[in-house]
Amino acid sequence: MTQNQRIFAIIAALGTLLFILELVRRRRLKEEYSWLWILTSMTMIVLVSWYGLIEHISSLIGAVLPTTTLFIFALLFLLLISVHFSTVISRLSQQIRRLTQELAILSAERDGPAQKDHQSGDPRQRKDVAP
Amino acid sequence: MRLLVLLPAFNEASRIRRVLQAIRQEIQGDLLVVDDGSADDTAAEARLGGARVAVHPVNLGYGAALQTGYRYALRHGYDAVLQLDADGQHDPTSIPGLLAGLSAADVVVGSRFLEAGSYRPPFARRLGMWLFGKLASVLCGQRITDPTSGFQAVSREALHFYAHERYPADYPDADVLAMVARSGLRLTEVPVRMLASASGKSMHGGLIKPFYYVFRMSLALMLVPLRSHRR
Repeated sequence: MTQNQRIFAIIAALGTLLFILELVRRRRLKEEYSWLWILTSMTMIVLVSWYGLIEHISSLIGAVLPTTTLFIFALLFLLLISVHFSTVISRLSQQIRRLTQELAILSAERDGPAQKDHQSGDPRQRKDVAP
Repeated sequence: MRLLVLLPAFNEASRIRRVLQAIRQEIQGDLLVVDDGSADDTAAEARLGGARVAVHPVNLGYGAALQTGYRYALRHGYDAVLQLDADGQHDPTSIPGLLAGLSAADVVVGSRFLEAGSYRPPFARRLGMWLFGKLASVLCGQRITDPTSGFQAVSREALHFYAHERYPADYPDADVLAMVARSGLRLTEVPVRMLASASGKSMHGGLIKPFYYVFRMSLALMLVPLRSHRR
């Protein structure tokens, strides 16, 4: 790894880390979605600055150049972050579905007795029996 | 028996009143239309037709609309739900047969292929139905002829199962039947009459959707034996 490569890699990783931390500080990014980013940039900083480690990993995974190792790690972490977001989106859409359904049920109840309803007592005091 | 007739509807303003009227002539029961984010006057038309209307402010999909109805039914103490499509494809004269099936089963599916007078879907779709029917039959341990049928009667016991988050928001068919059977709920099919949709449009139409559907359903069916379906 040339000196230029190392300097550039360190600046890029440090810049990313500072940018993420600033976003969290300004509450533009929530803590729970920032930790993978922070982990990624810190891993990059460690890999770049600790030359012995990156050489060792390179020979371990069969990479010829240490820069390749760096790329592979960056790619792996980006993949992880994407999968993490997919799970977050799935959870969000599940929550939106639930909210929309509750809203729809309330709208139907508010409609008034368009027909004879078979309920005993106030529906709002009933708990959904579903798990 | 307290019965809720459930119709999920998406942009059906032109037909929903006629469909509701035809149902009323056939059975007694409260009508609930779930308007799944329609852009037209589906909700207003359904109210004029004498139904209660649960409105989704955004479009969630066919399965999610059904589930809204199941949750409503549970919360209001109904004993069973009869569900049919709002486009008039499902002939209301078949309803008594479906309800009769509830005495021996928790989920009664109306099969167009057990009834000679039913409309036959185009070949490609029939092929898909046949294939997923076979797969579902294997997973259920019983014969399923019409896995995509939305013409069903559902007991209160099964409503609890359907109200769970496992119920798919988009296409609840072969995989749901497989889950139902494996959960220990009793599943049966009865013959029903289905007609061709008046507009010819289908939720499985388009160029990419059928491929996505096949992929989506294959994945869901593959996962059925790997998941737990405890009630």
